[in-house]
Amino acid sequence: MKDRIVLDVSKLSLHGMGTASPTWWATGAFMLIEGSGFGLAIAVYFYLMSLAPQWPIDAPPPDLLAGTCLTGLLLISVIPNMMVSRWAKHKKLRRVQLGLVVMSLLGIAPLALRVFEFPALHISWDDNAYGSIVWTLLGLHTTHILTDLIDTLVLTCLMFSRHGDNARRYGDVQDNALYWNFVVIAWLPLYLCIYWVPRQ
Amino acid sequence: MKKDQASAVPADTGLADAEVERQLTTIWGSRPGFWGAVASVDHKVIARRYIVTAFIFLILGGLLALAMRLQLAQPEARFISPDRYNQIFTMHGSNMMFLFAVPVMEAIGVYFVPLMVGTRNIAFPRLNAFSYWVFLFGGVLLWLSFALDTAPDVGWFAYVPLSGPEYSAGKRADIWAQMITFTELSALAVAVEIVVTVFKQRAPGMSLDRIPVLVWAMLVMSFLVIMAMPAIMFASSTLILDRLVGTQFYNPAEGGDALLWQHLFWFFGHPEVYIIFLPAVGMVSTILPAFVGRPLFGYLPLVMAMIATGVLSFGLWVHHMFTVGLPRLGESFFTASSMAISIPAGIQIFCWLATMWAGRPVFRTPLLFVIGFIATFVIGGLTGVMVASVPFDTQVHDTYFVVAHFHYVLIGGAVFPLIAAIYYWFPKMTGRMMSERLGRWAFWLIFIGFHLTFFPMHLLGLLGMPRRVYTYQPELPWAGLNLFISLSAVLLALGFLVFFVDVVRSWRNGLPAGPNPWKATTLEWATSSPPPSYNFRRIPVVDAREALSPNDGELAVASGLRTDRRELLVTSVVEALPEARESSPRDSVWPLWAAIATAVMLIWSMFSPWAVVWGSIPIAVTLIGWFWPKGSPEDES
Repeated sequence: MKDRIVLDVSKLSLHGMGTASPTWWATGAFMLIEGSGFGLAIAVYFYLMSLAPQWPIDAPPPDLLAGTCLTGLLLISVIPNMMVSRWAKHKKLRRVQLGLVVMSLLGIAPLALRVFEFPALHISWDDNAYGSIVWTLLGLHTTHILTDLIDTLVLTCLMFSRHGDNARRYGDVQDNALYWNFVVIAWLPLYLCIYWVPRQ
Repeated sequence: MKKDQASAVPADTGLADAEVERQLTTIWGSRPGFWGAVASVDHKVIARRYIVTAFIFLILGGLLALAMRLQLAQPEARFISPDRYNQIFTMHGSNMMFLFAVPVMEAIGVYFVPLMVGTRNIAFPRLNAFSYWVFLFGGVLLWLSFALDTAPDVGWFAYVPLSGPEYSAGKRADIWAQMITFTELSALAVAVEIVVTVFKQRAPGMSLDRIPVLVWAMLVMSFLVIMAMPAIMFASSTLILDRLVGTQFYNPAEGGDALLWQHLFWFFGHPEVYIIFLPAVGMVSTILPAFVGRPLFGYLPLVMAMIATGVLSFGLWVHHMFTVGLPRLGESFFTASSMAISIPAGIQIFCWLATMWAGRPVFRTPLLFVIGFIATFVIGGLTGVMVASVPFDTQVHDTYFVVAHFHYVLIGGAVFPLIAAIYYWFPKMTGRMMSERLGRWAFWLIFIGFHLTFFPMHLLGLLGMPRRVYTYQPELPWAGLNLFISLSAVLLALGFLVFFVDVVRSWRNGLPAGPNPWKATTLEWATSSPPPSYNFRRIPVVDAREALSPNDGELAVASGLRTDRRELLVTSVVEALPEARESSPRDSVWPLWAAIATAVMLIWSMFSPWAVVWGSIPIAVTLIGWFWPKGSPEDES
């Protein structure tokens, strides 16, 4: 079959950013997968709660301090995160580099607080179903913070290297910022489940 | 179009067709030899492996089915021990659902979605390679355990407490649960690739209302995978946690609940039926027009029906649990939603009948299998409406009636269309035609063998024969039917044997096919058979739902992609307007290493929770190798 040329695409930009980037859509799809996972975990939490004669089972409600501090920290982190994303959109290398350093620190800090959250639950994962589900919820979210932190650290190193200043990497920075917003938003219903539902 | 970053030449503009092909072959082709083959990220190469591997699992699963039929042919037979029988029916179900049905449907998508939307490779080709290796290792793990007599023996649904720490000592249930994780990782990765390929890599002009029906089907299936598979991953992970570190999710004594497992399992398990069935809808809708000589009747209602099926499939899971004692209101809701799904199914069938009615059918082998599918699936659908009724389900639950029903749905609804698809697309994949004579033999043997095997199971179920029993007493009125079913199963197996012989024979000696032997109108037929590594010399431009006019001799195309590196065209989601050019990764062995590291971690974690910590280090190393920028223009631009 012979070709009949009707369109020239040679002038198109390389590596579209935002919704023009396939990676943006893949990030969205993975957030949908993980969001489904979080949704199911929350459903399991309420399912087990509906069966229990008392909730929490054989334990006091978790202490609020560490979890609340972590929630505040995560919410604050959204501001620099959005700024990094905007700087990446405008391809401002220095600001992106600085912003990623800040975001790396803001990825480490919640992990430090999370260390105090597990003991604050006042129950072990193997004590009963309540302990199992709250440890799972915290564990799931901790895994997300951890993986996003590793992603951010690698990206930070890349942006300081000769590989940094190109459209593809700026797109990666935007996608990384998008994913961090997901990590923060996903935490809010988990926080309510773990810390406030047992106080009802 | 954005013009801020014009590329340097060389592009395919101004070059002769032969020169474009030469340059593209150089840049898109895989290196020869073993490592070249292992490193390939060509979607067609990976899809072929997927399909062949899945069919090998089909043969193995079929042999297990024959073994079960041999055992059940006579009362009180001693061919298989009870313990081994438990392993065999568990292996058969798990293998067919997780290692054959879902992977083979996704593999068809991996092969044909990029070709049908007019792009040069699937989105994220290295992830695609990784997903195949992970799937392979999961399958090998399961079959290795069977060979070593440590296979799972708790059914393909692995209900707790049977699969829990108390009643299933050893590693059998852990192997089942980890095999699930392998295959779901693979399925989820492919689903993401298909979604992004369909959304962002369609040919210019292929707006949403011009997408081929099979591509729509694969898109809806992918969303079902994305939404449903986390449920089984959550379930299998918590099962392993219960078994390995003593969590109490499914232990009623400590606030857990055995029914929680069933809710999670069937929240995945029922959509899975449609994950398997919807691609079959797409296949049938693609094959029919080619053999009746007219466009598909009711494109829009068919697409809407597929979307409706996908949505409704999440509201049906409890109909697998009518006998567990749920509240009456819940049962009524799930009865209604189970019956409601027959509406989109009816729309699909009427669209196919109308397409045939208005056309001039040419009864070649693919069309025979399509007609066999319609007849068989309608029977399966009708018995589905029957078991959606609580009183009837209460009577036949866990009897052979249900075995008959779901085999009618799964083999009728998926395997028949799949074989039709193999006959239809074999010329595209291999450049050779399959035998029409052997095809007809295969069809009639499979069709007659299938109905003689599975229809009497309805009667067995009504006579009260339970599922999963390894034998029965001679005084029960089941012996005659069981013998008949076992003999019919041999006929069915013979049909599959003819089909496989035809595949092997045609692969080597089939008649040359030419680029478009069926005069079809979808884009995969616009390129040579088999397609070259780069799929299309230039990216097609689409201006109608029927993308191809076989008698036209010319293909409208877009020029301007580079030929000195792997480059794809990215288009907008709704209208498919060109947005950007995107580089596509080169071949790499890192996906294989990453899959090996993942397999080591998952298998190790059956024995120690610390495997998750230490096993993640090699995975991280392989991922760094995978994503390490090479400094080449392909990586950096």
